[in-house]
Amino acid sequence: MKQQIYYEDVAVGGEIMPLIKLPTTRQLVMYAGASGDYNPIHYDKDYALERGLSGVVVHGQLAGCFLGQMLTDWMGDEGSLRKLSLSYKGMNFPGDTLTCRGIVTKKDIKDGQYLVTASIWIEKESGEKTLTGTAVIALPTCGR
Amino acid sequence: MAVEALIEKLKEQVGVERPPRVYEVEKGMIWRFAQALGDSNPLWQDGKYAAKSSYGDIVAPPTFALVLGFEQVVQALAAEPSVTVLHGSTDLETYLTIKPGDTITVTARIANARERPGKMGNMLFVTFDMSYHNQKQEAVARCRQMAIIY
Repeated sequence: MKQQIYYEDVAVGGEIMPLIKLPTTRQLVMYAGASGDYNPIHYDKDYALERGLSGVVVHGQLAGCFLGQMLTDWMGDEGSLRKLSLSYKGMNFPGDTLTCRGIVTKKDIKDGQYLVTASIWIEKESGEKTLTGTAVIALPTCGR
Repeated sequence: MAVEALIEKLKEQVGVERPPRVYEVEKGMIWRFAQALGDSNPLWQDGKYAAKSSYGDIVAPPTFALVLGFEQVVQALAAEPSVTVLHGSTDLETYLTIKPGDTITVTARIANARERPGKMGNMLFVTFDMSYHNQKQEAVARCRQMAIIY
């Protein structure tokens, strides 16, 4: 079993275990198939260039799912992702090294739920943040 | 049809609910999604492991809801090869975990469409509201998607 994190283990300002993702064109095709998002900017280089982009672009939501993966890895099987807000700030391209990161910004108990709010983002090697957002996660408590 | 015509068409559709899309969720769909993400979490794909979890079986990752009904949004926006569609933002709220065997009905409507002049000509910021219900008519998730068209 994976190790479970509890509400009591988390401190405001604490870091969420980062996750590194290395998207490839093959992954974009797989995601297009799994999601039904056949916008050609994600698989047709000629089309992407014609539209003024520097090449095929990683689906915004695929990058969002990378952040989702960081969160589900961190929160364990008993955690539950309640809210995921994503703001697409910049383009990600195949070949980029994308680091998913997060910092806990708030803890509160609401309607019997032990909630943790985190500021989350993806950064490239250059430090550019291409995706920023907020997540709310319900965690189990030691006292239950 | 240029972007102007699409913008007019989308503005006319504000508030109109689109025909619902129905998805019968099965393990293969979840597996394919997890593979595409490169997410090896056993809760999404290892039945033996998941049987010992509190769910008792494989479940879908919370982000799985994002791909249900999304093709509908893409189709509504990217009908024209001369139009560029970029994703602006996503706000997902989840209430229930999606499991294999669930039938998820997704309804979408355009909540608003605002035009703004941009460096590539007129740009349209269009917001879709999506709601997700299961076979018991329980609310599973809600999502607001914003796209930029030019």
